[in-house]
Amino acid sequence: MHNTTYHKASSAAEAASLLSGADDGALLAGGQTLIPTMKQRLAAPSDLVDISGVAELKGISVSGSSVTIGAMTTHAEVASSAELRAVCPGLADLAGHIGDPAVRHRGTLGGSVANNDPAADYPAAMLALGATIKTNTREIAADDFFQSMFTTALDEGEMIVSVSFEAPEKGAYAKFPNPASRYAMCGVFVAKGAGGVRVAVTGAGDDGVFRSADMEAALSSNFAADALDGVTVSPNGMLSDIHGDAAYRANLVKVMAKRATAAA
Amino acid sequence: MTSISMTVNGKAVTADVEDRTLLVDYIRESLRLTGTHVGCDTSQCGACVVHVDGKAVKSCTMLAAAAAGSEVTTIEGVANGDLHPMQKAFNDNHGLQCGFCTPGMIMSGIDMVNRYKAEGKTLDEAAIRAELEGNICRCTGYHNIVKSISQAAGEM
Repeated sequence: MHNTTYHKASSAAEAASLLSGADDGALLAGGQTLIPTMKQRLAAPSDLVDISGVAELKGISVSGSSVTIGAMTTHAEVASSAELRAVCPGLADLAGHIGDPAVRHRGTLGGSVANNDPAADYPAAMLALGATIKTNTREIAADDFFQSMFTTALDEGEMIVSVSFEAPEKGAYAKFPNPASRYAMCGVFVAKGAGGVRVAVTGAGDDGVFRSADMEAALSSNFAADALDGVTVSPNGMLSDIHGDAAYRANLVKVMAKRATAAA
Repeated sequence: MTSISMTVNGKAVTADVEDRTLLVDYIRESLRLTGTHVGCDTSQCGACVVHVDGKAVKSCTMLAAAAAGSEVTTIEGVANGDLHPMQKAFNDNHGLQCGFCTPGMIMSGIDMVNRYKAEGKTLDEAAIRAELEGNICRCTGYHNIVKSISQAAGEM
């Protein structure tokens, strides 16, 4: 790891000011992606601003069906929240299958969403739930937030504060983990809410997380796994690598969507 | 350099470390507590698992500076005179062969038993195997590790 200067922020405002004062700074959330990336020297920020201890960025609040989750809430906290599980068990289950138990103790929702790894789980949930990503300067709809793999609408120095969404009537996530890395080779979050059915796919697309209009249309008329039987998922735009070619991934999208629908 | 203070195995420690120092390197190189191992160094194998404020974390994927102010427990800190029930269970069930992964297995084992107890859930064999996702053993085939954790869960 190249050298860096570590700062521990005690408030969101302090973090923003430390970040803007840094030459080439980066926010350090749980560090479960950033630290390994720095160890490989694929990232070398001049300054790290650790926001994992900022209390105002943590916590889960549920009011009726409205859910808000602080950016620095860990995967373990999301997975074990009885309040969240009562209204949106699909998201709690998703969090409980990210990485492994030790990673879930450190990794955070905000860190995952900001990184927008094409195989990360949370982006599919945010997109399918139609979440709003609140930053220190504005609110961004998930549809506008996830732009391309590892690319989001976040500006330089902008920091995620929380995400919020209306818990769907039905919602679940199904993923096919790579047998070695356990990253999603395909993960599909299906949600049926007040605004209709939304289906978001991670791990499979060559440009990051995306929605499937065909599957949304099929599930809107009949929210059942076999309603997807007639949908053809094109291999165009799917990732193709040693783990699985585009046709294989296209098939996985449909299989995972059916499993998620059946579980919802 | 950053000056850090934390509690490790019940003892207060203070040191000046480079900001980029990993927690595992601080534990092994500065504190000379070499029971915590570095296996893969890519946060996959779990040989480096320690507890930070009571929670299992991979100490190769956390900065020492980020652990400042925390209570850290390593494999050297779990026995209290006698072996910890988890250590005894690994001994009783031959839960290791080469032993390289064992410190991490024991720290993860203690963590999962504590969590399941706190949540009132049953830690059955399937749950133990799922919870061991982040701990890799290349010798045993896991059977005796699972038996060990299961025995300790009944004794802790």
